[in-house]
Amino acid sequence: MSVATHETSMGLDHRKLAMWIFLASEFLFFGAFVSAYLLYLDTTNRGPGVEIFDIPFTSVSSFVLLMSSLTMVLAHNSHVRGDMRGMRLWILATAGQGMVFLGGQVYEFTVFFREGLDLTQSPFASSFFFLTGFHGAHVFIGVLILLGLYSLSLTGKVKVGQDVKTEMVGLYWHFVDIIWVIIFTVVYLIPELRVGG
Amino acid sequence: MADTTQAGAPAEAEGGADGHHPTQQEYIRIAVVLAILTALEVSTYYFEFGRAALPLLIVLMAIKFVMVAGFFMHLRFDTKLFGRFLYTGLAWAVVLYTLTLLVFVVDANQ
Repeated sequence: MSVATHETSMGLDHRKLAMWIFLASEFLFFGAFVSAYLLYLDTTNRGPGVEIFDIPFTSVSSFVLLMSSLTMVLAHNSHVRGDMRGMRLWILATAGQGMVFLGGQVYEFTVFFREGLDLTQSPFASSFFFLTGFHGAHVFIGVLILLGLYSLSLTGKVKVGQDVKTEMVGLYWHFVDIIWVIIFTVVYLIPELRVGG
Repeated sequence: MADTTQAGAPAEAEGGADGHHPTQQEYIRIAVVLAILTALEVSTYYFEFGRAALPLLIVLMAIKFVMVAGFFMHLRFDTKLFGRFLYTGLAWAVVLYTLTLLVFVVDANQ
């Protein structure tokens, strides 16, 4: 049980309620970008298309992000058990994996740019960079929040019993992960089936 | 100190406020299953699955989504209202953008 509960009239923590509403609304944001990507999938202006994707590389990035969800939930689990040292360790591991994912995305964008795929090259390129870049911005914000939580824990401002704070950060982080589960399949793997076939 | 471990509380704390959350070992097992599902997804790039590839990828994506949301985001253990928010938001987005894409497709075919 949290030290300070902020319950609504429904008996729910209003911070968690707000986070869930925020996350639900985020689907509309990402849905718009995924739709634009699907719509412009073949509009490449004779430039590079989906064949430019490096699936083995993106698979490793996806795996890293997926495993960051494990370390995030272990951080929350440690916090719930009052193990603040363990919580901080797992938070750092999560932030580290987030940074590895972002590094992979920067590398991927750089390779694409060198091969002629830039933001204004075609509607396909624009929709791809906006979708994956928008997700990358979410990961970047998530890393900042994780490092903020780590700092607050280190200075004693996030204490034992305040595990709802770690849970809230976790909800955001897991959401970023499940969005990538969708992006990895819809943006990378499914279009590759057409190239392969 | 912030590092205090409350030795007397872990039995209840393990499960959080409602006492039903998985243990660390269970979380690791869930992650292993997610890793296997991801490997299966990636295998569609290396091996020929024919017409089964597309439905397979969609099913695997859905399973991974539900597993992360259910276990890691605790939807299986929290109040159902949170799950309704998440899945309503998702359903609303899917319906809205499917209809939007259909308008473009129909328009292109005319």
